[in-house]
Amino acid sequence: MMRSRDILGFATRAATAYPMRTGLMMLAMAIGVAAVVLLTALGDGARRYVVREFSALGSSLIIVLPGRTETGGVGAGSFVTNTPRDLTVDDAAALLRAGGVTRVAPLVLGNSEIAYRGKLREVMVIGTTRAFADIRNYRLGQGRFLPEEDWRRGSAVAVIGATLHQELFGAGPALGKMIRVGDRRYRVIGVLAASGSGLGMNADELVIVPVAAAQALFNAASLFRIFAEARDRDAVPAAKTQILDILKARHDGEEDVTLITQDAVLGTFDRILGALTLAVAGIAAISLAVAGILVMNVMLVAITQRTSEIGLLKALGATGGIIRLVFLTEAALLSIAGAFAGLLLGHLGAWGLRLLFPALPAYPPDWAIAAGLGTAIVTGVLFGVMPARHAATLDPVDALSKR
Amino acid sequence: MAQIELDNIQRIFQLGDSEVHALQDIQLRIDAGDYVSVMGPSGSGKSTLLNLLGLLDRPNAGHYRLEGRDVTTLSADEQARVRRERIGFVFQSFHLVPRLTAEENIALPLLLAGIPPHDRKARVAQALDDFGLAKRGDHRPDQLSGGQRQRVAIARATIMQPAMLLADEPTGNLDRATGEEVTSLLETLNGRGVTLIVVTHDPHMGQRAHRQIRMEDGRIDSDSQRPTP
Repeated sequence: MMRSRDILGFATRAATAYPMRTGLMMLAMAIGVAAVVLLTALGDGARRYVVREFSALGSSLIIVLPGRTETGGVGAGSFVTNTPRDLTVDDAAALLRAGGVTRVAPLVLGNSEIAYRGKLREVMVIGTTRAFADIRNYRLGQGRFLPEEDWRRGSAVAVIGATLHQELFGAGPALGKMIRVGDRRYRVIGVLAASGSGLGMNADELVIVPVAAAQALFNAASLFRIFAEARDRDAVPAAKTQILDILKARHDGEEDVTLITQDAVLGTFDRILGALTLAVAGIAAISLAVAGILVMNVMLVAITQRTSEIGLLKALGATGGIIRLVFLTEAALLSIAGAFAGLLLGHLGAWGLRLLFPALPAYPPDWAIAAGLGTAIVTGVLFGVMPARHAATLDPVDALSKR
Repeated sequence: MAQIELDNIQRIFQLGDSEVHALQDIQLRIDAGDYVSVMGPSGSGKSTLLNLLGLLDRPNAGHYRLEGRDVTTLSADEQARVRRERIGFVFQSFHLVPRLTAEENIALPLLLAGIPPHDRKARVAQALDDFGLAKRGDHRPDQLSGGQRQRVAIARATIMQPAMLLADEPTGNLDRATGEEVTSLLETLNGRGVTLIVVTHDPHMGQRAHRQIRMEDGRIDSDSQRPTP
């Protein structure tokens, strides 16, 4: 029987003898694989980008909302009342007792107007405490953030966003100036560094005042949210339990708050973008199937071109099995070469993407590379089977008479 | 026992509605080492006979015994093996693989038989020498003259040291002088004991054979033995 190395050598010679045909077929395969690699690089890059942006917000963040959004079992509190209690500044202060929690910031949110020397505009006002700056990683452009003080005191000071500073004061100094928010006056003690738009709220257009000041401004005793920060990412589950326990104890045994962790939000985005990447990879895989059909076509043409050669091989004593193997090997070689060329092309494309958009980590995931290469080679060989069988069953007398 | 024994061979081709009897009731014995020419007009069945002898075609009826073994009932793979080991073909149009060098063309049967590369190399080098192609080993067919091409083809046909050589118009594509050269090469091989069966149109070539078979309408018309000189 023919040696496998000889089969490989013979098939290689046959593939390289027709550079045009081989080139076209490899190109089709390469485009298919490159599409898979490039598109998954794009999809996965987007996923990683979003995940990274979210992580920058602090992955150990726990947000406490009043009220329950999940339907749970029947608790002792369910029989007493259905209306959730408001979150209060005392609730927030109590959370500092939780061992897994390092920082706590109560949050009051509202819309109001800001005015300075006749200039007036709508703003979003946040009432909070000093810890908020650390939790949200705010950086100060000028001055300082809210002072460390009794949460109930609420001195009349404010920190404003970079855009507000620009609009109200222009190039002039803002520190120490008195602004009016709603019907109250505050002294500007700090300006946030320009940060661009963050997720949810644009820090550049915020006014931040002490929590008690904001409660007075909006005439509300309740909090909008409590932001708590766990010691680190691993401490988040423990911190959540502690927070729940504390609040439950304070709310007469009723679990009437909802905790949102960054991980949950992150997980959702991760899943959505992961599914998107998979879908895109699927679409790209269709081009691989098309390439497979092209492989079949080209192999059939090759067999027609080389009919007399097949006849000769049979006359020289090649069995049908050998002929089949030779042509299948040729198809496989072309597919493999095309697939690896495509891999190279895809990596080049991904590299180009990264050059164009440095923020986007456009690296193709390993599974996509494996799936792309695998699909290419499998389709190439599968679509090579039919032509190879056709070659093996040719009648030698007829085949020899073809020129 | 003759090397080749054909008994009541029938070969019928279906051409549309009509049946063509390419071979009818062929009885033939050929001894080992014989030199036989098969002549006759086009369509007389001589090529079909050669294809049958070479196991490229199967008869519709009758028996073909090669070296005492009934080869008509062998499976396709077994027939391929017999072709590989016992039969060499020489074609009118040479049938060299255009992308392979002379050397590689000659080595093809060894490749198919799974002979290790080292042995292969030695045998091909010997063959190139024997057939006066020593300097042409790395030439591709389109870089060779007609005579050289046919010599490569004959080297390929004999590299496995077959029991018989089947030649179908081996000089048909060559000029007279080159044809003469190829014919005497085949005769030299025959002189070393290989059975030589040549299908030809050329009466001059046909008459050089020891035994001359004339075919007509799928039958053997005449079968004459030239007295050995």
